[in-house]
Amino acid sequence: MTTTTVLTDAPTFDNRQDFADELIALARTNDKVVAVCNDSVGSSNLTKFRDEFPDRLINVGIAEQNMVGVGAGLANAGLIPFVCAAGPFLTGRSLEQIKADVAYSQHNVILCGMSPGMAYGELGPTHHSVEDFSWLRALPGLDIVVPADGAQTRAAVRNAVADPRPTYIRVGRFKVPHVSEDNVGLERGKFVVAREGSDLTIIATGTEVSRALWAAASLAAEGVSARVLNAAYLSPLDEDAIKDAARQTGAIITAEEANVAGGLGAAVASVVGQLEDGARVPMRILGLKHFAPTGSTAFLLDHFGLTADHISAAAREVLHRD
Amino acid sequence: MLTADASQAAAWRSLRQEVLDGDPATRAAKLHERAQATRRSILKMISDAGQGHIGGDFSVTDILTVLFDAVMDVDPEDPRKEDRDHFILSKGHCAGALYSTLAHTGFFPVSELDTFMAPLSALNGHPNRVKVPGVETNTGPLGHGLPVAVGTAIGAKLLKSGSRVFVVTGDGEMQEGSNWEALMSASHQKLDNLTVIVDRNRLQQGARTEETNGLDPLDARLAAFGMEVRVVDGHNYNDLIEAMSPSTTGSPVAVIANTIKGKGVSFIEDRVEWHHKVPSKEQTLQAFQELS
Ligand SMILES: Cc1ncc(C[n+]2csc(CCOP(=O)(O)OP(=O)(O)O)c2C)c(N)n1
Ligand SMILES: [Mg+2]
Repeated sequence: MTTTTVLTDAPTFDNRQDFADELIALARTNDKVVAVCNDSVGSSNLTKFRDEFPDRLINVGIAEQNMVGVGAGLANAGLIPFVCAAGPFLTGRSLEQIKADVAYSQHNVILCGMSPGMAYGELGPTHHSVEDFSWLRALPGLDIVVPADGAQTRAAVRNAVADPRPTYIRVGRFKVPHVSEDNVGLERGKFVVAREGSDLTIIATGTEVSRALWAAASLAAEGVSARVLNAAYLSPLDEDAIKDAARQTGAIITAEEANVAGGLGAAVASVVGQLEDGARVPMRILGLKHFAPTGSTAFLLDHFGLTADHISAAAREVLHRD
Repeated sequence: MLTADASQAAAWRSLRQEVLDGDPATRAAKLHERAQATRRSILKMISDAGQGHIGGDFSVTDILTVLFDAVMDVDPEDPRKEDRDHFILSKGHCAGALYSTLAHTGFFPVSELDTFMAPLSALNGHPNRVKVPGVETNTGPLGHGLPVAVGTAIGAKLLKSGSRVFVVTGDGEMQEGSNWEALMSASHQKLDNLTVIVDRNRLQQGARTEETNGLDPLDARLAAFGMEVRVVDGHNYNDLIEAMSPSTTGSPVAVIANTIKGKGVSFIEDRVEWHHKVPSKEQTLQAFQELS
């Protein structure tokens, strides 16, 4: 039985380091791997990549629409472009390029949303990337990968090179503990079972996965058995895992560092809501509902009810154990 | 929403009058004193918050000082009056410079600057017009301010309010295509009430502009887009005041303000890493001395 244990004081890491190291390792053996960025060599952790492959880093300057178009052109020419920029500018600014040039044209561009969610804390809503799930889930033919730690970030990069296709990867900067083994793989379109359980299911993504595991551990101490699913892929969506969760456990809670309008919770709800009578379980959807006030990432995760305690409280509420 | 500080606004009004009445040397001296005080506030804000964009704040400080203390017609106690002149800081990462200038003008109490980037503060890392009077539009993503300025200038003409519109962009920011779309419509619409100021410090986040995605010849490019182009030393107060004078050709004005990123502090000036580096305790002390 799967039970991932993450100590509450476990060391935490910035996933951008694993991202950069894996990208460089793959670039050494595959000369089609190139990177594209927007004056973000440092913030996208591409300094070492540039030093080793100066010709294979295309820095277009502060021009994100051009950046995504250039990425599509590179893919069209036969390369495997990793287009790296802070999440909000990559997805928000270039949304139509992502729609027309990447998803609709099916150019195999790997869009890397750096420092997503509320990683930029005090820099505020313009710099938060919390709408990316909603925006990009609406684009058919675009994979959405949300690694929960460094090892999963490496797996996402490996998948992109082994099987290039239009893909968006959230590359986290807010430090998170390891929730998986080194060298773990990610199966396309599958949630990862992080913990088995039978009373309810917590479906969490990215930064929320370790928090969901902490919540499950504290619920276990109260006699509540919580299944934890790590939604490492949002698209394609693991509908089977969602249906099993609804049929086998009594409730579903989702947790995402994203706006709830059209995000993970909405995706899960649209599957659950269409299930047969008797299988439609109650849900709680945890995430953002308004633009963030000023505050650090940790402060804002607390502000929006995205801590382990909030997840446990939602579980008790939905199971009427409060 | 923060509210005005009446006594600060009164002090600003009398200072502004002295600046306008003074001879060029007096004017420059007074504006320099103001700008250095603004830089000291910015330094304290960034040092306390442990975050901020000091390089771009210091390059734009003299421009902001000239606009608010010698050029624009604004009323800190009636920040949204319809016939005001409008100021938009498109390079929103330099919010620290804007907040400090607005506070010294009386739009809100100077003491509020102590909350810069603190939890639930109105003074976010990027300016928010919903919370901070004097902020005309929310910026932060580069390449937004100029289009909004164009719309504001068209609106002022429709309303015949006589308002002028000033917008400051970064030079790296001019790599965004949206700016050039906006310049095309500004000249097409003959917006002689619009002044676009490019803070030409030749540095962007990760490198020099000309090593990243070169802008030169920026003057010729702006002229080709129909602007009345003025090139000026962005730290010379009297030259800046003159450059802000209304259009003489009926076209919108573009001011290329040649500046030094980090202006005023020796170890910050013209160094790319000071885009958003935060000074240590000792560096803060030294910077204070250099700015006093
Ligand atoms: C659309 C967008 N892309 C990227 C960024 C990240 N960014 C913030 S400041 C900056 C550099 C700006 O350089 P410049 O315009 O020259 O400003 P200054 O030198 O005055 O600081 C970058 C790339 C952003 N804020 N918005
Ligand atoms: Mg610059």
